[in-house]
Amino acid sequence: MRCLRKHFSRKYLREEVLPTPFCPGCFNGVVMNAMFKAFEELGVERLRGYVFVSGIGCSSWIPSPHIRADTIHTLHGRAVAVATGVKLAKPDLNVIVIGGDGDLAAIGFNHLVHAARRNMDLLVILVNNLVYGMTRGQASPTTPEGMRTVTTPYGAYEPVMDVAELIARTNANYVARWCIANFNQLKNSIKEALSKYRRGFRFIEVIAPCITYVVRYEGKTPGQKIKELMKTCRPNTETPYGRIGILKAGDKPGYLDRYFEYMKKAAGGEGGA
Amino acid sequence: MRAEFLSGNEAVAEAALDAGLKFYAGYPITPSSEIMHYLARELPRRGGMFIQSEDELAAINMVVGAALAGVKSMTATSGPGFSLMQEGLGYAVMVEAPIVIVNVMRAGPGTGQATKAAQGDVMQARWGRHGDQVIVALAPSSPQEAYDLTIKAFEIAWGLRVPVVVLSDEFVGHGREVVEMPDNVKEPEPGWGPEDYGKPPFGSDDPKKPPPLPPLGEGYDLLITGSTHNEWGYRDVHSFETHFKLVKRLKEKVLGNVEKVFMYEYFGDNEADILIVAYGSMSRPAKAAVRRLQAAGFSAGLLKLKTLWPMDYDALKSYVKDARVVIVPELNLGQVVYDVKIVAGDDTVVVPINKVGGGVPIYACEIVEKAQKVWGEVLEEALQP
Repeated sequence: MRCLRKHFSRKYLREEVLPTPFCPGCFNGVVMNAMFKAFEELGVERLRGYVFVSGIGCSSWIPSPHIRADTIHTLHGRAVAVATGVKLAKPDLNVIVIGGDGDLAAIGFNHLVHAARRNMDLLVILVNNLVYGMTRGQASPTTPEGMRTVTTPYGAYEPVMDVAELIARTNANYVARWCIANFNQLKNSIKEALSKYRRGFRFIEVIAPCITYVVRYEGKTPGQKIKELMKTCRPNTETPYGRIGILKAGDKPGYLDRYFEYMKKAAGGEGGA
Repeated sequence: MRAEFLSGNEAVAEAALDAGLKFYAGYPITPSSEIMHYLARELPRRGGMFIQSEDELAAINMVVGAALAGVKSMTATSGPGFSLMQEGLGYAVMVEAPIVIVNVMRAGPGTGQATKAAQGDVMQARWGRHGDQVIVALAPSSPQEAYDLTIKAFEIAWGLRVPVVVLSDEFVGHGREVVEMPDNVKEPEPGWGPEDYGKPPFGSDDPKKPPPLPPLGEGYDLLITGSTHNEWGYRDVHSFETHFKLVKRLKEKVLGNVEKVFMYEYFGDNEADILIVAYGSMSRPAKAAVRRLQAAGFSAGLLKLKTLWPMDYDALKSYVKDARVVIVPELNLGQVVYDVKIVAGDDTVVVPINKVGGGVPIYACEIVEKAQKVWGEVLEEALQP
């Protein structure tokens, strides 16, 4: 077996915790792969200076415990708040939040939308699997209408939340939505959000339907689902999951830039209430 | 030494800055907001970070994030805000985040009376979260103590790597008195040093010692989780051994240092017949009551608790055992009185005085009247054939 080379991503992983606990065929692996490819292409050898913050849910287990870096596994929904504290306390750190639709769009949406409004200097990757996977497939704010889940046994009847579109309407610098079938675009987007756009709030939503609860409900295999997504999720088109592509890209001053300006004003004795 | 005329809330903010505060996150709420106002003005000027969060859930989690990044951080709140922070406080216990939370108590439950003093959150501070844990809670009775105990809160938080609650109340927070502050306050040191960074960040052979918290971003690959974890931070949500070991260590870390953490003052006669056990703002009328009782010829004393949790039952008992009558005045419907009853012997009568609402204190005369009445009853009973 000498001819087998170690997969490039192993250097970013705590190998002792492998294999991951994800279901066979879970698209979390695609997201991990795209992220690690982005690091590889950026020439990052060691994730020193990066802090990964996640909440509760399947995708929150991507960084914790798997990524070999400082990782903080927080309470359900609170990842963005903890990440904000870390970033403001140590502005030199690269802080990346990874979470699911339940974590970031339901219980943690208040933190998400306010971090976006503040243009907080964070990269947030939302892995949208369309349900609460870890807790056995209950409906989430992004569950497609009509889908039967354990909490919508007669078909989901609440309208769907378009998270990327909502965040694009705030002051966030960078907003994109990809699907796991857009692997290269996703990888390039993560790369861009860590290099070209280094400041402000950067938000990438990844459509990654839960294999166990969504794809199985639809009566498809993971392979069939990927083929379907490759057809439907073409970049810069409208899809059942919203518009795919880069929704917004800018480089306005982030929260920290503005706060440092504010500090100068404070030191100069301007204002005061 | 500086002396300034400060409110209790301002004294808390000034103490936090003297203790090296570099990060404050908070959400406006009466009657704690002056702490936030003060720090909104001072922190940006002094190179610190101030952020007005979207809610209290965010505030406490931001503060935890900053503390894990190695920065002295604090939040302040009241009643409903403290309820929202319980979740984050439990997380701080689990990940051993050294944070300070100030709760300027007001009358509840619900929205209650936002501008009126109360002491109703004493048991909430102790037991308000799910799961087992021992929390540290300090209760200042004046702006001076608000200053002193806030510095102490940072010392304990960073010395033991635990969250510390400062249970102030509206009387203390809005009361204004001269506060004396030392010129060069030594910034509280962490209970670990760089020499400990290679050791497990979530385990310690000596349960009284906190494990080290190495700085983020320096290659220590910290694995921090609010789930049950072993000494290196690896999640273990199945085994009995890992969970029991962890929660026992977290408890022992605080209880093993109870002598250092438990602070109180005694005033009055030695081995007094009538003892008043009080804390926070209500220890002030209690002190006046002791003086009046002494003037009336009674043997009386006040045990003022500056630390409520963890309670040092041995220390408490050493005072309660000599008393025939113990009065516990509280601005609530009776909370600490139950802990006093635990240590009281059969010959000691423990009587609460409870009032809450409308910003009405328990007056010294009420304590004196109650003490005399109960003393009379005790005597009468003793004289029965």
